[in-house]
Amino acid sequence: MRWLPTLAALLLAVPAMADSDLPPAYWANRQLPDARQEAKAQGLMNELRCLVCQGQSIADSDAELAGDMRDLVRRRIAAGEKPGAIRAWLIQRYGAWISYKPTTEPAAWPLWLAPIALLLVGALLIRRRINLKAGR
Amino acid sequence: MTRGWRIIPLILLIWLVVGLAWRLVKPADPAIPSQLVNREVPAFVLEPALPSKPGLSSADLATGEPRLLNIFASWCVPCVAEAEVLGQLRNKGVRIDAIAVRDRPEAIAAFLARHGDPYQRIGSDPRSSVQISLGSSGVPETFVVDGKGVIRHQYIGPLTAANVPGVVDQLKALR
Repeated sequence: MRWLPTLAALLLAVPAMADSDLPPAYWANRQLPDARQEAKAQGLMNELRCLVCQGQSIADSDAELAGDMRDLVRRRIAAGEKPGAIRAWLIQRYGAWISYKPTTEPAAWPLWLAPIALLLVGALLIRRRINLKAGR
Repeated sequence: MTRGWRIIPLILLIWLVVGLAWRLVKPADPAIPSQLVNREVPAFVLEPALPSKPGLSSADLATGEPRLLNIFASWCVPCVAEAEVLGQLRNKGVRIDAIAVRDRPEAIAAFLARHGDPYQRIGSDPRSSVQISLGSSGVPETFVVDGKGVIRHQYIGPLTAANVPGVVDQLKALR
């Protein structure tokens, strides 16, 4: 029974404070009243990467910073700013990393060329098959 | 098909496994550096975080005197460890201004009373909006700002005692 106090301590332990005790920002979890604006905001939020839970979009993340970024996106959309301009503003600060939308920079060229290359390889394979069968 | 073609899938598999194993052994650095290093601090005005201290605006960072801009919060655990280091820097004559992220005056006052107060000005950033406009992705972070209000260096995570001489030198070089 010596492990009992340890177990109790583990069960009672409170996780280290990692979040503030302020409520989420006003527009973090609230839709814009204008459905068209909200759709624009959603589209952008799904393509922005969360800085805390890297790999999630800010639309999916529960991190406080993601909530504050959703608030920022909705405020700017409501003020009439274009999603592309907000994305560019964030890229200016965090680099292309923040956006899930692939860029057209040379670093991303393999990404754009890969489907074409795969299609070509596929076509080549099919042609070989047909030629082999025809040859028999 | 020739035999050479057949081993291509095997080569691809080995390449994939080696690639995955390499990333497991040597994970990517999750720190996201701000792209604003060597650029001017974006314009902002923040209300005072405490009644006893002035707030912070971008104009306060361009007074001719190089300084540190520390982004912290009373709820941030690593900030506790950093507080002592900031105190050492203040004792060496370094000017430190701060942005308190998502914080309350009482909590900040309690934090400073307990861990020391190295700050000249503290602006309150309740929606992290200025933090985001600086390209900062968490607390604590510290920017080295020159006298013209241009960001020269960024430290992600808490400053440690080992950083003190380097920070002092960087500020001296900007004078």
